Amino acid sequence: MSEIIAEKNDLIVVENLKKYFPIKSGILKRTVNYVRAVENISFTIKEGETLGIVGESGCGKSTTGRTLLRLLEKTEGDVFYKGRSVYGMSKEELRNLRTEMQIVFQDPYSSLNPRMTVGEIVGEALSEHGIARGEKNVEMVKDIIERCGLAPYHIRRYPHEFSGGQRQRIGIARALALNPKFVVCDEPVSALDVSIQSQVLNLLMDLQDEMGLTYLFISHDLSVVKHISDRIGVMYLGSMVELAPKEELYKNPLHPYTQALLSAIPLPDPRNRRKRIILKGDIPSPANPPSGCRFHTRCPHVMEQCKAEVPEFKEAAPGHFVACHLVK
Amino acid sequence: MIKEDKKKKQQVDPNAGAKKEDVMGPWKIIWKRLLKNKLAMVGLATIIVVALLAIFAPYLTPHSPSAVNMAKTNAAPDNVNLLGTDDLGRDYLTRLFYGGRISLTVGLVSTSIRLLIGVTLGGIAGFYGKRVDNFIMRLADIFSCFPFLPIAITVVALLGPSIYNVMLVIGLLGWPGIARIVRGEILSLREREFMEAATALGISDFRKIMKHLLPNTMASIIVSATIGIAAAILTESALSYLGLGVAPPTPTWGNMLRSAENQFTLRFRWWLWIPPGLAIFIVVISLNLLGDGLRDALDPRLKQ
Repeated sequence: MSEIIAEKNDLIVVENLKKYFPIKSGILKRTVNYVRAVENISFTIKEGETLGIVGESGCGKSTTGRTLLRLLEKTEGDVFYKGRSVYGMSKEELRNLRTEMQIVFQDPYSSLNPRMTVGEIVGEALSEHGIARGEKNVEMVKDIIERCGLAPYHIRRYPHEFSGGQRQRIGIARALALNPKFVVCDEPVSALDVSIQSQVLNLLMDLQDEMGLTYLFISHDLSVVKHISDRIGVMYLGSMVELAPKEELYKNPLHPYTQALLSAIPLPDPRNRRKRIILKGDIPSPANPPSGCRFHTRCPHVMEQCKAEVPEFKEAAPGHFVACHLVK
Repeated sequence: MIKEDKKKKQQVDPNAGAKKEDVMGPWKIIWKRLLKNKLAMVGLATIIVVALLAIFAPYLTPHSPSAVNMAKTNAAPDNVNLLGTDDLGRDYLTRLFYGGRISLTVGLVSTSIRLLIGVTLGGIAGFYGKRVDNFIMRLADIFSCFPFLPIAITVVALLGPSIYNVMLVIGLLGWPGIARIVRGEILSLREREFMEAATALGISDFRKIMKHLLPNTMASIIVSATIGIAAAILTESALSYLGLGVAPPTPTWGNMLRSAENQFTLRFRWWLWIPPGLAIFIVVISLNLLGDGLRDALDPRLKQ
């Protein structure tokens, strides 16, 4: 499975990561089954790049992001940051790592504490890690929120006084205050309306250039991912089915799921209709995933082999990984 | 480059609008909403007046609460003793003021004890969950199973009737209610994204509880504390009435009501039992009104 070989400039290496959530039932709360949220995924993220992850809701995108940061404990596999295992770290090491890996959340309403001012929200981690206290803390907070497109006097205000887009900027400022190297963006624009989406996306891209950030950008919006990513990974029901550089993926999708997904992007010209690939049925339950290839129940090209064997995630072309029996 | 540009822009217009704007913190909004609630404001005003009367009692009456005057016992209200005198000739209005001190103190202190235990244990149970939660909440169940009066009577009988023991009993037996509220709130807050953000930022557990969780539970804590003070005052009155609370000669509203045990007093000396009864009634209803008003003001769903 681990055909992905770690290279020198890989900031993040994910190896066969699995995350199962137990389903408990009965009065004794015995574990009766597992929700297989993330099943055996491997990928790498190079320093300075943006890896986009797309997939339907419930396919394990967010779980992947959170497991990467160890906000959730893994079930199996490992994650390496700069060659060090995130799961092999002690509590103290992990705390120090927090200054280098951050996350921006989807919901700008529930991700900010309503009882704290913007200054406290953004500056808290700086004083907690002993980086800046008092006057210096305020200065640093002002600087970072200014960079995120807010005004310095906003630091005395509370989150409820801001609009959704501004709140998301606060969330970004909070993540970037510690000057991290790697940021997981967990659908940071899905909750915003379209005009604000592009502002926030451009802000994220500007900040990436300024601060040399590496992003894992999670989204279900194909056009958003296309805009911001260097490489894109497609997830289906907990597995990664295809991973390729942006242009390559959009030009030459190899996995039937990716093909179906890309055919669903609306075209701006109504006369220029594309042939849509309509998938049959619903996404199966991750608690009881299909055997073999997880996509075989809905795949238009299903073969006998697909029902029995899990396809290998292998390199079909240089840098283009796909997990499908059709691809030799 | 971009950074430089932004810096320059900012210098042209430093802190634009910073002076004019009025920062509305969450507490200020709550206070504004409370101001609109007339009943709650009446309650608050009444409590402040009663508290001031109790605090400044020595300056308000020329009498001492324990000065006995055998020449003038059980006297009806007149110009000297505005509410008459009791069976030992002590001025009744003075005793009412001083009694208020005890009743309010008991209410405040025992509620503080309740809060201290309840918030600490509830916070720990909610934050750490699992076994710790199970242990603490079963303990709370056990404590709330105790029939209050028999236990209180036993404890006071063992330790002796004193104001401190009354506070202790009310505080020690009353914490499960607050612990349950705090635990419930923290359980739901814990799952919010800002807590995940705090974890991602490497914030310590202690700070997470103190800075992120507890301030968000303040609303329900304040409401239940306000109503809890009323309940504690009632309990103290009940215990003192039974002779198990504060021992005479210290006056409290509860032990002043004891005079009503006497049929003759009940029928012919109204000034001995109506004033303390009324005092308890007014304070308790004011606290409850204020508590209700706070509940409405703190409820985020009722935003203007």
